[in-house]
Amino acid sequence: MEGKITKISGPAVIAKGMTGNKMYDLVKVGTKGLIGEIIRLDGDTAFIQVYEDTSGLMISEKVVSTGSPLAVDLGPGLLTSIFDGIQRPLVLIEAISGNFIGRGIEVAPIDRNKKWKFVPQYKAGDMVVSGDILGTVQETPTIIHKILVPNGVGGKIMTIASGEYNILENIAELENGTKIQMMQRWPVRQRRPYKRKLDPDEPFITGQRIFDTLFPIANGGNAAVPGPFGSGKTVVEQMLAKYALTDIIVYIGCGERGNEMTDVLSEFPHLEDPKSGGPLMNRTILVVNTSNMPVAAREASVYTGVTLAEYFRDQGYSVALMADSTSRWAEAMREISSRLEEMPGEEGYPTYLSTRLANFYERSGRVICNGSDERVGAVTIVGAVSPPGGDFSEPVTQNSMRVIGAFWALDASLAHRRHFPAINWNKSYSLYSEILEKWFSRNVAPDWNDLRNRMMQLLQKDAELQEVVQLVGPDALPDNERLILEVSKMMREDYLQQNAFSEIDAFCPLFKQHGMMTGLLTFYDKSNSALNRGISMENILALPIREEISRLKEVPNDKFAEHFKTVLARIDQELGVE
Amino acid sequence: MELVTREYKTVDYISGPLLFLRGASNYPYGSMVKIIAPSGKQVNGQVLEVSEEYAVIQVLADTTGLAVAYTTIYLEEDVARMNVSKDMVGRIFNGTGKPLDGLAEIIPEKRIEIIGAPINPVSRRKPADFIQTGISAIDGFNTLVRGQKLPIFSGAGLPANEIAAQLLRQAKVLGEDESFAIVFGAMGLTQREAAFFMQDFEASGALQRLVAFINLADDPTIERILTPRMALTAAEYLAFEHNMQVLVILTDMTNYCEALREIASAREEIPGRRGYPGYMYTDLSTIYERAGQIKGSTGSVTQIPILTMPDDDITHPIADLTGYITEGQIVLSRQLHRMGLFPPIDILPCLSRLMNNGIGKGRTREDHRALANQLYACYAEGRDIRRLIAIVGEESLSELDRCYLKFADDFEKHMIGQGNLDRGIIETLNLGWKLLKHIPQGELKRVNKDLINRYFTEIMSDGVQTPFF
Repeated sequence: MEGKITKISGPAVIAKGMTGNKMYDLVKVGTKGLIGEIIRLDGDTAFIQVYEDTSGLMISEKVVSTGSPLAVDLGPGLLTSIFDGIQRPLVLIEAISGNFIGRGIEVAPIDRNKKWKFVPQYKAGDMVVSGDILGTVQETPTIIHKILVPNGVGGKIMTIASGEYNILENIAELENGTKIQMMQRWPVRQRRPYKRKLDPDEPFITGQRIFDTLFPIANGGNAAVPGPFGSGKTVVEQMLAKYALTDIIVYIGCGERGNEMTDVLSEFPHLEDPKSGGPLMNRTILVVNTSNMPVAAREASVYTGVTLAEYFRDQGYSVALMADSTSRWAEAMREISSRLEEMPGEEGYPTYLSTRLANFYERSGRVICNGSDERVGAVTIVGAVSPPGGDFSEPVTQNSMRVIGAFWALDASLAHRRHFPAINWNKSYSLYSEILEKWFSRNVAPDWNDLRNRMMQLLQKDAELQEVVQLVGPDALPDNERLILEVSKMMREDYLQQNAFSEIDAFCPLFKQHGMMTGLLTFYDKSNSALNRGISMENILALPIREEISRLKEVPNDKFAEHFKTVLARIDQELGVE
Repeated sequence: MELVTREYKTVDYISGPLLFLRGASNYPYGSMVKIIAPSGKQVNGQVLEVSEEYAVIQVLADTTGLAVAYTTIYLEEDVARMNVSKDMVGRIFNGTGKPLDGLAEIIPEKRIEIIGAPINPVSRRKPADFIQTGISAIDGFNTLVRGQKLPIFSGAGLPANEIAAQLLRQAKVLGEDESFAIVFGAMGLTQREAAFFMQDFEASGALQRLVAFINLADDPTIERILTPRMALTAAEYLAFEHNMQVLVILTDMTNYCEALREIASAREEIPGRRGYPGYMYTDLSTIYERAGQIKGSTGSVTQIPILTMPDDDITHPIADLTGYITEGQIVLSRQLHRMGLFPPIDILPCLSRLMNNGIGKGRTREDHRALANQLYACYAEGRDIRRLIAIVGEESLSELDRCYLKFADDFEKHMIGQGNLDRGIIETLNLGWKLLKHIPQGELKRVNKDLINRYFTEIMSDGVQTPFF
């Protein structure tokens, strides 16, 4: 069925003669074959958003439907890839059109010819159901790719192969005649099925003190990181991608800077995966749509990324999905919506913004995967938000806040004084902290939660006292309150600040976080009783142990336990044992 | 050529810069047209929207004299293109690429589209070459590297042009001598401002390396949509085909955005924030993202766009959207300007996102990052205390507070307010250590002990008398 273009306005194209087409079907537009998607049907007229620049397109050029919605290829070869918003590999695009991205390029997302060594896990005569692991492929030195029985397929295996195959060759045939290949396809706007969701009662360990201690996120949870420009959103996202203890990373650069993506591309192959020790790139998939790449593909990039993440979740992996930035995604929606002359909602965003955001974040979760072995996989989503002017009352931030479990608010004034990560501890929150308490007290230290809560209380008290100080100056406060100010300052500078570029400090393991917290609070308690014994505030401030505590974060992990003992002893020594 | 014959006289409606042409359904989207007014005046236009009934044409000039009847439109080219040549260097053009210097049109080596295709992210080379601007506030704290886009956020009456001129005079990559060019794109510049730049270019000898595209304040607003794109097309050509190091100055992006808004409102589009179109982010990104370095070429395009924040408001959509696309920003401060300091750069809201790539051991010096962080933190503390004084008075300050206060004063006076001096990076860093003299060492938490021992102690004991302590 071939239609004809009747109107062109930027990325929005209207075509006639499109009877029989379905919503969200992929179409090829014009003689160049630009890729687009049907987003509205009206009689035989279709509204199409085109994923590429439409300059030069003419009225009456043809529009051909592919008959299926935007879908991604899933199979070995995904890891280490760099895709654009609609899963075209940028490396192959470079080979075809050079340094600048051409139009109408059609390339296979994953290599069709490469042979993979398939190791079967079942034999002929076995019964399999959807989601069972038919066999495995060593995709990268660190990750084993599990070949799943596709959704809706199951039965008795008639033949199953073993050895070197490409992703399109049959590796198994069922008795009912179904042939299975290593590659399967999945439409991006539809979530992949699973058996059931689990409670988010395990933490997603980031190695960042402000997150793990104060505002933890659960494995399979979701978080939003809103902040004005220059407050360090991208650094936070990249820190998580580099250091978080997770199996697979899907990083979506949605409408962001080209040079920033180059940073990721040049750094990740050389960085070490903290979990396996291999190059970080071996567990990474990048989906990149820079700000000057076509706007409609930006809208799709988020779905492409989350579908890839779900696929690895279904193999039983913990996957972290970083979306930088969801605001650019929302703006892409707004731009297309306004070209379609839809009635705008708040600030010109389409009224379905909140539904789309909720659908996206709800694709996170720790689940029992389909298949007979009850394996567990998780997708954790961290979405950056770029509110205009840093104003959190805008629709994208507000609608995100309604669905996410952890809110990490970036603050420009902290960033200005180079307090990084510039997370404002008074505005941020985590709904996971209670449910995770059990895990922390069981796996790190029984007093973890007490320490954490005391630290939160001191920081809260500090915020209140700061207001008083603004009016009367610090000298008007009694000594025990001045101590709170001093200790909170140490917490802010020595605990919450973390240097992303320091080899030692970039990742802080939980036991070290616990030690540092203990050090700070012991110092506070001992100082408090010293004050009660009549020792002056000035004497306490002059103690050399303060500097020792502040430099705890520079102590290497393997020497920490020992060093920490001497620090505790010195606190006792300098402040006196009761 | 067959294209030329598509001629229409069916203008139905003219409003602001837009012209509706009935029946012209065989005009490609985005194509360039020539419009001939009844008087014989010829102007250019571009197809903004096309449907079976109408083509909407954006007139790239003043629409005075155009009439519904007797106006003829020819299709010229399927997309906007311009002639480029290495001989553009040393020439001055108007906002649409016509020579302004009285010389003949250039002999083209190539004719290329002015809407640049996006650079494939995997084809980019990582920008990592430190550009020394000789301005401490930039070199020391918000380092510029080749291939970066670093805008200057100015306010009305602040000396952004002077800073841009100083930057052009002094910018160099240490230890290298490569051919470089300056591309100057001016949108809505006043005669006085244009004259300032021209005189400065002449005085510093930059004129021979200059390609200028100048749209003055009294030139047609709509031309401003093309001006930055022409400038960047020329810059990309020189950088990527002739391997030159190109520095692009675009001023004033605020005027560009106003032009964008004018077209959007003429098209009766649903306005976004403050009446600017919802796609302004995307539109600006197609300008700003045209900076960088690519594989297979040793050239680079570095962009310094200048914009005026209306009412000094950094959250205004123009500044806001720019900041979200560019790799940092240099923000000017009215307060520092009033205090007579030049350049009046307020480093606290400034940022260079690519700074870490260009600094450190082997590039500037190993202590650069840590020292800059330390100075930032101390200066921020000093500024906070200054605010506190306004409330509680100077008497209630502690000894430590006074140290910070003195530091902030010294820092502004000596580090920021350097005047027209061309100060090398090592000198900037050494000055930084000296300024830390009055802060107790226990407070210096951003620099580790090694650095303190290596630099602080050494610089303090080098016997050189510092003039201001």
